[in-house]
Amino acid sequence: MKTKALIVGLAATLWTGTALAQTELTMWYHGAGNEVESAIINQIVDDFNGSQSEWSVVLQSFPQASYNDSVVAAALAGDLPDIIDVDGPVMPNWAWSGYMQPLKIDEGRIESFLPGPRGYWDGQLYSIGLWDAAVALYARQSTIDMLGLRTPTLEEPWSGDEFMDALAAAQASGEFEYALDLGMAWTGEWYPYAFSPFLQSFGGDIVDRSGYKTAEGALNGDAALAFGEWWQSLFMNGYVPGTSQDPADRDRGFIEGKYAFGWNGNWAAVAHMAEVDDMLFLPAPDFGNGPKIGAASWQFGISASSKNPEGAAAFIEFAIQDQYLAAFSDGIGLIPSTPSAAEMTENYQAGGALEVFFGLSEAQAVLRPVTPGYVVAAKVFEKALADIANGADVADTLDAATDEINADIERNGGYGH
Amino acid sequence: MAHSKLTQSNAAGWGFAAPAVGLVAVFIILPFFFAFAFSLTNQRLISPNPTEYVGFENYRNLLGLGVLRIEPERDDAGEIVRDAQGDPKYPRVRKWTRNNPDFPQYAGMREWFSWRSGDDKVAVLAKDVIFMKALVNTVIFVLVVAPGQGGLALILALLINQRLRGINVFRTIYFMPVVVSIVVVSLLWRFIYDGNDGLLNTIIGALTFGLFEPRDWLGNPSTALGAIIAMSIWQAVGFHMVIWLSGLQTIPPTLYEVARIEGASAWQTFRYVTWPGLRNTAILVLIVITMQAFAIFAQIDVMTNGGPLDSTQTLVFQAVERGYGKQDISGGSVISVILFLIVLAISLLQRWLTRERG
Repeated sequence: MKTKALIVGLAATLWTGTALAQTELTMWYHGAGNEVESAIINQIVDDFNGSQSEWSVVLQSFPQASYNDSVVAAALAGDLPDIIDVDGPVMPNWAWSGYMQPLKIDEGRIESFLPGPRGYWDGQLYSIGLWDAAVALYARQSTIDMLGLRTPTLEEPWSGDEFMDALAAAQASGEFEYALDLGMAWTGEWYPYAFSPFLQSFGGDIVDRSGYKTAEGALNGDAALAFGEWWQSLFMNGYVPGTSQDPADRDRGFIEGKYAFGWNGNWAAVAHMAEVDDMLFLPAPDFGNGPKIGAASWQFGISASSKNPEGAAAFIEFAIQDQYLAAFSDGIGLIPSTPSAAEMTENYQAGGALEVFFGLSEAQAVLRPVTPGYVVAAKVFEKALADIANGADVADTLDAATDEINADIERNGGYGH
Repeated sequence: MAHSKLTQSNAAGWGFAAPAVGLVAVFIILPFFFAFAFSLTNQRLISPNPTEYVGFENYRNLLGLGVLRIEPERDDAGEIVRDAQGDPKYPRVRKWTRNNPDFPQYAGMREWFSWRSGDDKVAVLAKDVIFMKALVNTVIFVLVVAPGQGGLALILALLINQRLRGINVFRTIYFMPVVVSIVVVSLLWRFIYDGNDGLLNTIIGALTFGLFEPRDWLGNPSTALGAIIAMSIWQAVGFHMVIWLSGLQTIPPTLYEVARIEGASAWQTFRYVTWPGLRNTAILVLIVITMQAFAIFAQIDVMTNGGPLDSTQTLVFQAVERGYGKQDISGGSVISVILFLIVLAISLLQRWLTRERG
């Protein structure tokens, strides 16, 4: 008996001994509450921990709505994990604020990545994403046929006029409550993500990207004013439900036939295809400076306070294998970051149902302004668009937004540009 | 006695008070001094840049006002250019407020409101129009809610202060909204106020046999603040009803007996027995409602985010939006300090107006 206990004890000691040899790395993720997503990320962590004996990643998930606040609070308290998950446009702010460090991984590994998932700030790679997201104009083939419209393609998208004619025709048909659903119920990051590409297609921008020192001219120049007038006309003509749209209508309105067209992301595509037989995903219209959609989604990076950046980098290199990119895509419908991973997925392979989004992402995607000031500029932009939609004077509103962004840039000493 | 009672050897008393005093000091008094200090700097929520002392610049940026008299546009013949309705056309304010070195006093200002004076337009400009609108909205909110909620609570208290069968059911119903979280209540009222098929539109539509046009209560700048005021009163009235009720029950029944014997009418009984007996309760209710009303935040955050067109911006919402949302702690602190001064002044005024005379 005694010998047996001794052996068990010895074995236990040895076992914990090997476990201790693995250095622990902590990681935070934004996807708590999403079972599919949690299963995939847990799988990656388990595979990584089992594949080598040097590092052991411990994962902690947060609900997306409070994730950024948690990171900011942890940064203020000096309590960040080794590996953090960061939304693409927010990354420059966190890098500049000093709670991320450059990500040292083999550049060859990310050569084939779409531009959106690569997070560069100040010439250095800080974060890398396993997926990207894209937005398309949702439509039905039957609607296009009924209204006698040309089906736009990636090579030949609708012009701004064609787009407005399509909306006018849809409205005049009397078949729909509204011609277009822009998703005004989705307040927050949706506004700059989904709508600032329209502004860029008009020739304006949220800030002047040559230097990122001012928004003057970009957000209140002639192109921006034209965008603002166009934006307001959508609501004044009654083509689009306004800021008080019911979120339930946002989710179901197109499916139920309330709206002729929808402006929506690839994450909603699978649910729509399940209920709409002749679903079409059309490219963004071209308002003069090319058709544009937003790029970049959630990405992985390393916190500045991490004592084991090489371990964290090893994990991230492990996570960006094609099989995991494909797993996320199959699980929640995201666009895999590489063409080779896209081939492994159900929806994005050649002939797949969502292949069009991969093309959209490749051809039309533009990063939101890559600056630490984006966090504030995005909020200012969101409010300006809501106000204009509600009938505020376009020039005054854009001037005010410009002033506010400029004042913020100045108060932050130019945000390190 | 040279010593005040506070400094005498009452260690036990201080011992009992210590936890509360400590918590209040750490979580209320200390943060207030922080806020005042931050309001004089350019403190950010997170920033690698060092914090700098900027004096009262934040206050100037928030409170700056200007008045501009604008002459109408004239054509080459010197005639006033008029639009289709015959109103004169005016040049845009941005001509003076943007990139115009001749008028540095107006730089960065926006039009807050304007009126016509003869053929000229007089525009009041503000450095921070959103703050000004938030200030006005908050004051309107307080001016309506303080008497409205206090009065309604008193009426409810009088109604349920009767010995009737089943009166506890009414007491429970009136008090129920108070125990429900304001966030939940706000979410529910968003559905009630919904522009298409909300409960309120449906009820009014049914009562008027369909004559009533459905309204988007929260999406319309002219009804949004009113809708939030109504819902806020509904939510909080039960709490103050209970305070009034406790006041009512401290009035000795003998006084009512005397009034009845003297042949006083119901109004006379209220005016000369009930109301004087509620004096201290009234002061408490008024001050508490005023302070709570100035702090309105959750309803705005859940229901409108300050919109549409800033018609529901409030001071606390702006303080949070700036301090945390826009990572500008100094901007949020300035609003907090100003709000503190306003509430302090009003509380002192209320104390003075309701002081014991004699």
